[in-house]
Amino acid sequence: MKTCLVVDDSSVVRKIARRILEGLEFEVTEAEDGSKALEICQRKLPDAVLLDWNMPVMDGFEFMGHMRRLPGGDQPKVVFCTTENNVAHIAQALSGGANEYIMKPFDKDIIADKFAEVGLIPVGQAMV
Amino acid sequence: MTPTEYEYLRKFLRDHSGLDLSADKQYLIESRLLPLARKANLSGIGELVQKLQGGSSALVTSVVEAMTTNETFFFRDKVPFDHFRDTIMPEVIKARAGRRSVRIWCAAGSTGQEPYSLAMSLKEMGAALTGWRVEIIATDLSQEVLEKAKAGIYSQFEVQRGLPIQMLMKYFKQTGETWQVNPELRAMIQHRQLNLLHDFAQLGTFDVIFCRNVLIYFDQDTKINIFNRLARQIEGDGFLVLGAAETVVGLTDTFKPLPERRGLYKPNDPRAAKPAVAGAVPSRIAVMAGR
Repeated sequence: MKTCLVVDDSSVVRKIARRILEGLEFEVTEAEDGSKALEICQRKLPDAVLLDWNMPVMDGFEFMGHMRRLPGGDQPKVVFCTTENNVAHIAQALSGGANEYIMKPFDKDIIADKFAEVGLIPVGQAMV
Repeated sequence: MTPTEYEYLRKFLRDHSGLDLSADKQYLIESRLLPLARKANLSGIGELVQKLQGGSSALVTSVVEAMTTNETFFFRDKVPFDHFRDTIMPEVIKARAGRRSVRIWCAAGSTGQEPYSLAMSLKEMGAALTGWRVEIIATDLSQEVLEKAKAGIYSQFEVQRGLPIQMLMKYFKQTGETWQVNPELRAMIQHRQLNLLHDFAQLGTFDVIFCRNVLIYFDQDTKINIFNRLARQIEGDGFLVLGAAETVVGLTDTFKPLPERRGLYKPNDPRAAKPAVAGAVPSRIAVMAGR
């Protein structure tokens, strides 16, 4: 089973994301900010990170930079999932090492499409 | 909706659009036509049927459009676009190296996601197509849908269905909460209104025809008729792409499926076609000779 770390300071968003990702057969862990997410990654890297941008303590972009520098940190697929929906933020995320980018609000179809796009789930599964 | 009303609408749609609904599609009619009835200040499906029976021609068009419009997103089903990039275009590039032009027809272009996906795929091929004349013709039954396709403006929700983020950044411009396809890409596509039940010989011949997720709505005879007419508009070495739930098998031998390439078809050798189809052959030769 593939693992996905959901990083978002909203417990409601984490709960929705968890339900969707478990439906896509991911084992889900949660973190409420970048710093807590980094601690989890230092213990064991997930296959995927669904990552909010604006969070207290450490934001998503800073977290991604730290995570990418961990041994094997280039492996996890990072999918941003944020209300930041402008070209500047998207470009910054991609050049900083993000694999995909979701602009909130999101639903199951968008998550499935984006995860299929980066090869985390087979294409067929995204169509269901 | 009463059974009589449902039967009336079934027959009405068959006559006006070729749409062939099975006996249990009440929900589809209700989900598509109730909003339309409300918009026209009618009380419901019953009154809508009365208006249609009374011969309201404006309503006829909107009802047909509402029932035949499909959900669509970028690179829908993905696999056909992989085939387009890895199988179809390499062969076309080789076969048309002399005249350096390619004509593509999206026969159910809908709100534009499919033709724009093809345009992006072609752009991504870069140097292989430098100096080529590329024509994409996108047709749809609905004028309203064509207007949207032509504008190339999509909501944040729509651009997140099937479209990789790099493609969004590369080929779209953000304007407020919406995203618009770049002028360069828009200029690659001609949008035209067309009912597949009517003659489409004037479109000319194509190297590639995408005709996905539209024939499923037609009855068997209509499908056969459309396949036979599509065969006249496709080059002898061209490609036909159908939707995942569609096939020519058992309907016509004007096209044959490509092994290992789901949804991909090639025209059969015209000499192998049944006599009923033979009429298609002279006209195709005439068109090709006239080029």
